[in-house]
This record gives sequence, structure tokens and C-alpha cells, in this order.
Amino acid sequence: METFLQQMVNGLTLGAVYALIALGYTMVYGIIQLINFAHGEIFAAGGYIGVITLSFLQSRGVLEAHPTLGLVLAFALAMVYCAFLAVALERMAYRPLREASRLSLLLSALGMSIFFSNGMMLCQGVYDKAYPIQLYSTGQFTVGGAVVSYIQVYIFVGALILMTGLNLFVNRTRLGKAMRATAQDKVMSALLGINANRTITITFVIGSVLAAAAGVMVGLYYGSVRFDMGFIPGIKAFAAAVLGGIGNLTGAVLGGMIIGIVEVFAAGYLASEYKDVFAFIILILVLYFRPTGIMGEQVDDTRV
Amino acid sequence: MLKVEEIHTYYDHIHALKGVSLEIHEGEIVCLIGSNGAGKSTTLMTISGVLHPARGRVLFKGQDITHSPADRIVGLGICQVPEGRRILPRLSVADNLEMGAFLRRDREGIRQDLEKVYELFPVLAERRRQQGGTLSGGEQQMLAIGRALMGRPRLLLLDEPSLGLAPIVVEKIFGIIQQINRDGTAILLVEQNANLALGVSDRAYVLETGRVTLSGPSRDLAHDERVRKAYLGEQ
Amino acid sequence: MRKELVKFAVVMLWAFGLLFPMLGAQIGFETFTFEWGRLVRVMGLVAVAYGALAAQRALSAHRKRSHRQAGPGLAERVPPLWGWGILAAVALVFPWFADNYARDVAINVLIYVALGLGLNIVVGLAGLLDLGYIAFYAVGAYTYALLNTHFGVPFWLALPIGCVISAAAGAFIGYPTLRMRGDYLAIVTLGFGEIIRIVLNNWDRVTEGPNGILGIKAPGLYYPKLSEAGLTLGHVYIKHLTWLYYIALVIAVLTIVGVNRLDHSRVGRAWVSIREDETAAELTGIDTLRMKLLAYMLGAVFAGLAGAFYAAKVRYVNPSSFVFLESALVLCIVVLGGMGSIPGIILAAAAIIVLPEVFRDLELYRMLAFGGAMTLMMVYRPEGLIPARRRRLELHAREAFAEEEGNA
Repeated sequence: METFLQQMVNGLTLGAVYALIALGYTMVYGIIQLINFAHGEIFAAGGYIGVITLSFLQSRGVLEAHPTLGLVLAFALAMVYCAFLAVALERMAYRPLREASRLSLLLSALGMSIFFSNGMMLCQGVYDKAYPIQLYSTGQFTVGGAVVSYIQVYIFVGALILMTGLNLFVNRTRLGKAMRATAQDKVMSALLGINANRTITITFVIGSVLAAAAGVMVGLYYGSVRFDMGFIPGIKAFAAAVLGGIGNLTGAVLGGMIIGIVEVFAAGYLASEYKDVFAFIILILVLYFRPTGIMGEQVDDTRV
Repeated sequence: MLKVEEIHTYYDHIHALKGVSLEIHEGEIVCLIGSNGAGKSTTLMTISGVLHPARGRVLFKGQDITHSPADRIVGLGICQVPEGRRILPRLSVADNLEMGAFLRRDREGIRQDLEKVYELFPVLAERRRQQGGTLSGGEQQMLAIGRALMGRPRLLLLDEPSLGLAPIVVEKIFGIIQQINRDGTAILLVEQNANLALGVSDRAYVLETGRVTLSGPSRDLAHDERVRKAYLGEQ
Repeated sequence: MRKELVKFAVVMLWAFGLLFPMLGAQIGFETFTFEWGRLVRVMGLVAVAYGALAAQRALSAHRKRSHRQAGPGLAERVPPLWGWGILAAVALVFPWFADNYARDVAINVLIYVALGLGLNIVVGLAGLLDLGYIAFYAVGAYTYALLNTHFGVPFWLALPIGCVISAAAGAFIGYPTLRMRGDYLAIVTLGFGEIIRIVLNNWDRVTEGPNGILGIKAPGLYYPKLSEAGLTLGHVYIKHLTWLYYIALVIAVLTIVGVNRLDHSRVGRAWVSIREDETAAELTGIDTLRMKLLAYMLGAVFAGLAGAFYAAKVRYVNPSSFVFLESALVLCIVVLGGMGSIPGIILAAAAIIVLPEVFRDLELYRMLAFGGAMTLMMVYRPEGLIPARRRRLELHAREAFAEEEGNA
């Protein structure tokens, strides 16, 4: 039985990852009211690109010499790849359905999710792909009885940096404010000269960049990635977004943290085989008792 | 400056505009009056490019903007203050104004215009960090107009600026509208309050169920029998 | 023309960029190689697909320009009554002309027809996107499995019990979702489906966990026989595929008739109006909450029926048959066939089961194809393969209206 502090440390790490994925869900829902089912697969794709990059560098002997450079490259390439993937996704499966019913959009998203996960399986095989973590998993330190590995620190700090960057972008830059404007009132934003299509594309790009980073982090933390690793974390991350209030960025981070911490504690103190169930139960409870979430939703509730 | 030729616009399966034509010249204030559902807002939305006509043309300074996307039309100098203000509720007052200048690149010019707007509406300067949704109706209207001004429009479209506001606020706003016009911006004003609209404008159009039924200098229309009976509340 | 070529080049470049790392990189145990063969072949496929879509777009644009109406689809050409007649005749005599393998495939098709039609009630008619439908199938299967192995309850008795329990499950799962927005519904039902699977997998004491429940008895039949003691009742377990096929056929026909009757009833119309606009439906006096609950429960009953039969046929159940993939598969059947369209769903169920059997090597690509097909369907042909007439009118109404007015 792990100590309370240890659970907390693990929970915060997991929560940070969920938060990154949840941000993507919440931003896309906030701007076009779509649950991007394929977002979980983008997270998985990020993990794959990470392992591919690192394996490539390792095979050329570069990784041993420059491990940090390799890591940076892995993150960078994963983020770039997923950005392109998300843009393609939006163009092919979502933009043509802009005027269609919600049901059509959801089904299209579901179709893409199935397509991507099966695609990755066919491309890279059904077995886990291992990360060369021997270069990175060195080192841990103890704080008050809890063992904190360096990787956990990197993940948490990395997530913090990304979220701070997002915060700055969304609150201080012209494009970021345009994104928020489009999410609050699409028609008015058009009347201000904001190009809806471009803004939506940017939203997808940012969300997928965060998810890609989360994918690499998970690969480093657990040591491997699989083609279906996006399915369950995807649902949990969406639950986190709803928990925090859909469309609300702070809410998504809060929700992610809560779900991560609850999952770790529940697995530790209650029953570890049922750990996935807790996120679903939280989701159902939230939607039943407080559907607008902890911090309140932020979606466009206007009509032309 | 702006020419609308025989536009037919459909909205929600309804034939909202059935051949509307109007013209606005440089430096004019033109008003569009009519009862609810006549199609006034639809006309503005069609000019702004949010809606597109199934037939007819919209020309701005000779350029055909009938099927241009809304953001392109804003870039050409047509800004709208839509019905209900439509302030971006979770953006600050300052951010709302900044968004008004979204397409502009001249940092110095934007800063100066921002100062001018704060001078024109001191209330906004006070509340510049507050979220737009927390402002009162009158303050939001001022914010909306200020935001439109930030775009340095050549043509300003106003949809029901007096709606839901106290008379004293309305007076102030209409005074500002006239000031804006004197400074060189053409204005197309849509109003249910025909008295107010005719009083402040040079020319007027009357819209009834999607068609222009009357048009002419505002002074003449104000004395027109039909207009007085229908819109000016005379018996 | 040049613009088209530029677009094509851009798409190819994107495809290359996305496929190159995923498809090209092969990570071995200590090795790393680039494989170009597969990459080139898939790029070729992408080019062909793009060409096909571009051609289709050009064709429909040309058609619109020359104001020619699109010809009636296959469905309208076949006079409905004798089409059904042929189908019924084939279905009845099928097992006598087929080998055991074909009979087994046919039984699977019938099971998925029942599932598809059941889900159709929830998704196609009432418009509730249920992503955890397979849970009811599991409830039906496990109910019979447990009743039979623990209490010796025979199949025919367990069937109605299973229906009741499935209906209860439908009510239980449906109730919290009644007030939820459509988008959330999907995720919540997905969550429920997963919860049930996880519970089945881990509650070893009751469900035997991942090992599953063995030794379930097949449906039994009493028949009169002559013996020394006179007329007595003999008993036999129906394990022969031909007879199981007929049981499955009866279940499928029951489902078809049931859904058809519902579609044309007041309940069915209530569901459709809820699907179109729930607030408007409320205003016309429809008790939306009760109707939605009813949809869940009826859908669950049909799935439970199919599930119990499945348990009796295979005589073994385990949680891996009830994964999300199965829910997605049934949803694909409903969507591809045309929501609300009974002949469409039958066709889609047959296609989804039979095609991978016929093209054995493509088995791996089955879900990939169906996922992609679902998206393609939504973008290009949301009414499905054989549209329900109502639906096609709705979906193309706006286009038709605008065209009419444009020509007026």
C-alpha cells in the first residue's frame, strides 16, 4: 500500500497528462460543438512518432550521444506530425459537415477514430512499441516517503510549460483572442473580420500539439505505446473536460487533475482492476447532477 | 458607395427579401425603417456577407461583394453593429475593442483610435478590464459602437441601436452617431423607432415584408401620410 | 484544370508526409528500417481514391448544371412486395442448399440483423446515439448463461426472462441519460458499455471473469415419440446448424416485423419528431422522457433476445465478445444501411458479415474500411445505402427547396 504522498505524486503526473488531452477536447467542443472522437487517436499517434523518432536516432547511434536532443526532437516531431494529422482530419471529416446535424458530425468523428486506430494497427502492428527508456529512466529522489522519478518531474513540468504557453496564447495574442471570440459568438466574429475556418484550424492544431506531447510523455512514463492506447484515455480526458465545464480551459486542466488523482487513489485504496470505471462513474455523476461542470461551460449560445 | 440591387435572400426556408434595392452615398446617413420581421436585419446581414442572396447583387465602391465571405467584407471597410449588441461576453472591454481592429496592422493607429474611443465613452475606459458580459445595456451598446469604430469603417451598419435603452442613453448614442458621420463615415441605420431614425438621417427607405415600399429624403418621408400612420404613431 | 492538379499534388504530399513515418518506419528488436513497398502501394490507393472522389464531384456538378435529375436509386426501382417475397423464399430454403460453414455465416448475419434493427430503434428512429449497445447483447447472453448453468433454466423459459432483464437494463442505463444533450449521450452510453464489460471481466465470482461461462445448454425441444410404454415425450438439444438457423430466422423476422410496426405507429412517429427537434416535440405534447426510455428498453429487448440465442448457439460466453468494437460494428450497420431503413440495415448486416468471409485476406482491413466508410457516408451520402424514404427527403429538402426557388 503506497503512502498518501506517493499516490498524490503519481496522481498529479497522470492528471497532468489527462489535462493536456482534455484541453484539446474542450477547445474543439467550445468552438464547433463537436466531440472529436479521433482526438484519442491523435494522442496515440504522437506516442508513435515519439518512439519512431527515438528508435531511428538510436539505430544511427545518435541517441546515446545526445539523449536530450533526441528527446526534444521526439517531442517536436510528434507535435508537428499531429498538427498536420489534425488539420487533415478537420478538412476531410468535419469541415464538409459544418452545416449538417450533430449526429452526422459525431458519426463522422467516430468513423475517423476507428479508421485511425485501425490504421495505426495496420501500419505499426498490434504489439506494443517500446520506448528506449533506459536512457531516461535513470534517477529518482525521495520526498517525505514518496519516490519521485525524474520522468515524473519532466512530465509535470513539461505539461505546466505547455499549459502556460497556451494560457499566454489565448489571453495575450491576437489570434488567441480571436479563437476565444469565435468560440463565444461565431457570427459576431465573422462581422469583426475573423476568418472562422482559419480559427477553427488553429484550434485543432493547438489541441493536437498538446495531445501529441501527452502521447510522448505516456510513452516515456509507461515505456511503450500501442495502437489502441487512445481509446480509454480519450474517454477519460473527455470526462475530465466535461467535469471542468466543457469549453472552459481552466476547467479542463482542473478536471484532468481530479480524474488523474481519483484514478490513482481509487486504484490504490479500492480496487485496481476497476480503475478505469471511476472516470466513467464521475462522468455520469457530473452529467446527471451538474452538467455544466465545476467551472461552468463556455460555448456559443447565440443564434444568427 | 454601396449599391444593393434587387436582392432576394432566403433565411430559415423563408423568402425574407424579395427584391430589395438601395443606395448609400459617401458621407450620408441612410435609415431603413419598417416593422418587426420586415427584413431589415436580413438586409444588413446580407450586405455584411453573413447571409448570401440567392439573386441580385451587392456592390461596394464598384466591387461586387455579393458572394464575398463576411471577413473579407469587413476588410473592405464595412462594419456592422448587429442587433442586440453581441458583445463578446467573456472578453474584457479592452479585448472587445481590440477585436474591432482585428484586421488592422497599424499598431500606432490602433492605439490612437483606442484612446479616441475611451475619450468618446469614458465609461469604457473605467471598465476596460471588466468582462464584456458584465456591462449594462447602454454600456454594451457604447462598447459595440466603439468596437465598430476601431475598424475605421468607411460604412457603418447599425442594427437597432436604441433597442432596450433608456431615452437619455439613446440621445447620447444618437449624438455620437451624428458625430461619427460628420467625421466622414457613411451610415446605414436600421431602426424600429422611426421618429428617431428619420430625425437623424438624410434619406430613408421603408421596408415592408421584404420589399422596399417607399424611399426618399427623410424630411419628406417624415411628412408622408402613410409613414405617419404606420410608423410614427399618428392616427 | 491546373488548379485541380495542384490540389492533387498537395493531397499527395500530405499523404506522403503522414504515411511516411507511420507506414515506412519499421522498428525491429534492435533494428530500424524504412520500408518503401507498402508506402508506395498505399500512396497509389490514396491517388485512386482521390481520383474517384474528384470524378464523382465533377459528375454531380455537371449534372446540377444541366439540371438533370439524378435517376432513382436501386431501392425505388425494385417493386417492394415481390422483392421481399424473393428474399423470404431464399431465406427459407437456404440451409438445405448450403454447407455448415455457410449456415454458420448466415446465422451470424441474422444475429447482426436483429442487433442492427434493435439499435435502429434507438439511433435511427429516436435519434439517440447509443455507443454502448452491445451491453444489452451481453446482458441477454449472460442472463441465459447464468440461469442455465446455475439453475438449469431451459432456453425457451429463459428467453422471456432475458427480455425482461434486458428491458430493465435498458431502463436503468437510459434513465440517467434522459435529460442529456445528444453529444454527451454518446459518451455516457460508451462509458456504460465499458463499465459493463469491465465488470463482466473482473467480477470473477459471478461471471467467471475472462474465462467466461462454459457448458451452456442449447435450446431444447420436446417431441412425441413412440416407445414400449406408449406415447412419451422425448427430448433433444438443438445443436444442428440448420435448426438453429431457423430459430435465428424467427428471431430476425420478429425483429423486422416489430421494428416495422413500430416505425408506422404513433410511437414511431413520436420518436422521429423527438429526433428532429426535441423541444418542438415536447411542445406538441409528446412525453419525450417516456418515449426515450421506451426506445432504450425496446432496443435492449431485441439485443437481449439476440444475446440469449448467441449464448445458446455457441454454448460459451466470455467478455471479449462484448467489446466496444462490436457496438461500433452494429452502429456501422445502422449508419451504412440508412438510419431507419429496414432493407438497408439488412443489406448492411449481410455485407458486413459476408464480405470479410468472401475476401478472407481483407479481414484485417475490415474495421479500417468500415470506419472510413462511416465518415464517407456522412459526408457524401448520409441517407445510407438504401435510404428510408422519409430521411432522404429531409436531408435533401434544403437543396431541393433552394433549387426550386432559384429556378422560379
